[in-house]
Amino acid sequence: MTGRELLSPSGQDVVFVLVGLVTLGAAVLCVTSRHLVHAALWLVVALGGIAVHYLLLTAEFVAWVQVLIYLGSVVVLVLFGLMLTRAPIGPSPEADSRNRPVALVVALAAAGVLVTLLVDAFRTTWIDLDTPHGTSRQVGDGLFRAWVLPFEALSVLLLAALVGAIVLSRRPGKRPEGGER
Amino acid sequence: MHLVYPVVLAALLFCTGLYGVLARRNAILVLMSVELMLAAVGLNLVAFDVWLRDELRSGQVFTLFLIALGAAEIGIGLAIVLLVHRERGTSAVDRLRELREPRGTPRPAPGEPGEHPTP
Amino acid sequence: MNTITAAALVPLLPFAAAALVLLTGRRAPGFVQPLAVLPTLASALLAILVAVRQAGAEPLTAATTLADPGDAPTVHLALHLDGFAVLVAVLVSVVACCVQLYSTAHLREDPRYPSYSALVSLFTAAMLLVVYADDLIVLLVGWEVMGACSYFLIGHHWETPAARAASLKAFLVTKLGDVPFLIGLFALAGDAGTFRISSILARLASPPSPLELAHPTLIALLLLAGVAGKSAQVPLHTWLPDAMAGPTPVSALIHAATMVAAGVYFVARLLPVFAASSAALLVLAAVAALTMVGSALAALAQDDLKRLLAYSTIGQLGYMTGALAAADREAAVFHLLTHGAFKALLFLSAGVLIKAAGTGSLTALSRLRDLKRRAPDAYGTMTIGLLALAAVPPFSGFFSKEAVLGAARHTAAGHTGAPAAAGWLVLCAGLAAAVLTAAYAAKLWLAVFHDPVGARAGEPPAAPPAAPAVTAALWLLAVPSLLLGLAAWPLPGWLDDGDLAPGPGISLLAVGATLAGGLAAYATWRGAYEAIGSEETGVDPTPALLGPLRRHAAAGFHLDALYTAALVRPTRAAARLVAFLDRAVVDTYVRGAAAAPGWLGTLTRRAQTGNVQTYLSAIVAGVLVIAVAAVLVAAGE
Repeated sequence: MTGRELLSPSGQDVVFVLVGLVTLGAAVLCVTSRHLVHAALWLVVALGGIAVHYLLLTAEFVAWVQVLIYLGSVVVLVLFGLMLTRAPIGPSPEADSRNRPVALVVALAAAGVLVTLLVDAFRTTWIDLDTPHGTSRQVGDGLFRAWVLPFEALSVLLLAALVGAIVLSRRPGKRPEGGER
Repeated sequence: MHLVYPVVLAALLFCTGLYGVLARRNAILVLMSVELMLAAVGLNLVAFDVWLRDELRSGQVFTLFLIALGAAEIGIGLAIVLLVHRERGTSAVDRLRELREPRGTPRPAPGEPGEHPTP
Repeated sequence: MNTITAAALVPLLPFAAAALVLLTGRRAPGFVQPLAVLPTLASALLAILVAVRQAGAEPLTAATTLADPGDAPTVHLALHLDGFAVLVAVLVSVVACCVQLYSTAHLREDPRYPSYSALVSLFTAAMLLVVYADDLIVLLVGWEVMGACSYFLIGHHWETPAARAASLKAFLVTKLGDVPFLIGLFALAGDAGTFRISSILARLASPPSPLELAHPTLIALLLLAGVAGKSAQVPLHTWLPDAMAGPTPVSALIHAATMVAAGVYFVARLLPVFAASSAALLVLAAVAALTMVGSALAALAQDDLKRLLAYSTIGQLGYMTGALAAADREAAVFHLLTHGAFKALLFLSAGVLIKAAGTGSLTALSRLRDLKRRAPDAYGTMTIGLLALAAVPPFSGFFSKEAVLGAARHTAAGHTGAPAAAGWLVLCAGLAAAVLTAAYAAKLWLAVFHDPVGARAGEPPAAPPAAPAVTAALWLLAVPSLLLGLAAWPLPGWLDDGDLAPGPGISLLAVGATLAGGLAAYATWRGAYEAIGSEETGVDPTPALLGPLRRHAAAGFHLDALYTAALVRPTRAAARLVAFLDRAVVDTYVRGAAAAPGWLGTLTRRAQTGNVQTYLSAIVAGVLVIAVAAVLVAAGE
């Protein structure tokens, strides 16, 4: 890994930075947008950007799972949630709480600390992306050889979450209710 | 590829999510910000996994678990938000302040229901 | 029963009675009267038995160790039965018996009679303990119990502010003397190395090498302060006239047998200690002289019957301390005995008189007629008492006063170890006081009873005749008042083998003084009596007798006012200052100690907004700070 310079980026670097800028922009818009639905859609962009990053890091299986589950189901769930809580379609002036300045300060401070530390720590570290490391075969091998037990445990957890969600969102038996869901 | 790029991006995404969690009022937006934070963590995991060339693919597998957990979390979270919205008529997190210290007025007696939505 | 057992029972019986009455008096009121009278009577009989057995015999001593503090002298529960102790014990128990008997009738209607009688019993027990005790600490216990009992008994009618103030005053003034007294006791024990009175006296008198006290004057003066407080000598006498706010039998008890007698008895007991310092004897003589003359003048000016008697008590106690200043304790104890008898008699008959007339004011009494017939027993016994008080020859007071004056003359002539100046002082003051005593005794008798031509117009209120118990108590006491003087001949055999019989020269002088006082009082009374029809004043001869001095004498020579200005006001001011400091300064800290956490709590409560985002912000900020700190520390290493 020697002989490479920070200031002589490869093509992957350039693509990564560009997509990263898009992702970060989408994320920032997601947390600042006043349209609730727009925020959800910007979340889609951000999560999609991350999926692209996975691809660039040669973790293709994770990338597709990200696209399928996050973009496919999670965002759809979020949109459902927005609709079920009767979120306004237009810009809602009360999207941000009064805690915003504090949040800004805290987030910027955290970002400053983390970025300083990480740049300082990994200034001279390069990733070798010449051989793919995350093909479906490789990840499948790892998953079902080494990680099969946690995998099964996770399936139980998902079942529990499913049951919990059903229990939580069930209507109370006695109270008659009109069309809220 | 330089490791700093994915790592710094993940950190920035995480802080963006953090800002969202701290600043957003709507509970669903807060959940979305949490998803952003989780995604940032996943990116970090994959980047380190690829860098370290781990034979067991721990980072990627953990990212998969993370995605599954994120899905479960948002399912449960949304269920809770919906329940709260149904009970209280709002999903603004800064209005759910039943546990705060009462100002000026004495604490309600233990038997008394403290079910009034705060103004 | 041997003598020691009997002597131990003498104070124990009233004490047990007091405890029993205090415990059961409320629930079984029927037993209170027998429990009050019978143990006191039994203790009086036992005291007489002890006295008879001990007559002139060697002193008996019995002791059991009470506490052994190691490096300090041992405290013994010790009895010492010499002539002084047994005779004073007889006086105390007989007077207490009469008082209890009298109280059954006098306070029959009183709802607090049970506690009253119990306290009188306790008072008696404490005094008997003082009399018999051979240990300074045990004596001190009785001494202090007496102080507490006097407080309660003087304040018996605590509904009235006068009684409350009087009881508090008595307590505080006697305590004022008791503090130096306590220090003096310890100093004496420290010098002598023991608390046993008999050992101290034996060592002081041991012929080859008598014990030399290191600080005789200091010890004597410290002890004198306590004696002055208890025996109502100048300048601590002011509590006694005010103590008249208590019930009359209590006054009789305090004045005749207990309390005031304790101080004189104590000095008599420890006279060698006092005699070791001629300065102390001089001080004692000066105090006695001042007390005698001043209190006699004050008594002459009093309008209230009981206050007059109170001042006369102070004066008679002055005679006793005068005899002690002349280093003659036989005369002092002789006068103590006769005075105990006739003063108890005077107080009890005064109580009957006041009940019959409904007033204690001499001016008011002197307008009432037929008091002689209304209260014949009081008339007779009071006449006897007053004659004894005025030291008219066949009565007991004459002999004892003669003995005191004779002792003073002896000392003045330099026949005893005491300084001659003390003798002269006591002799002159005693003669002057004899004139005044006769004058006020005559004034009292004339103003109350004498109505030769029936010029008085006032009709006394209808009152029931005195109860048989009262009459019995009066006549019981009248006997010693009449006859106790004859004890002048046998008494020295019981005591120190001195000479108490009246000498011719001093007797003539004293009788002359008495006659002069009596005649002066009679002459001025005649003047007032003849003007009774024309003026609305009573037949009070005092203004003519005392002239401009009367106003000051009536107020006790303004000593109370002086104390108020010199002590009470500064003390009150200091108390107010302390109260202010307590409220304004100390309480501020206390309140601040409570308020500061309260304010902090209020501030902290503000942080609990219920807003999850605020909490989370704070947590993340904290984590950041810790992370930065950790990084800086790590970078610094």
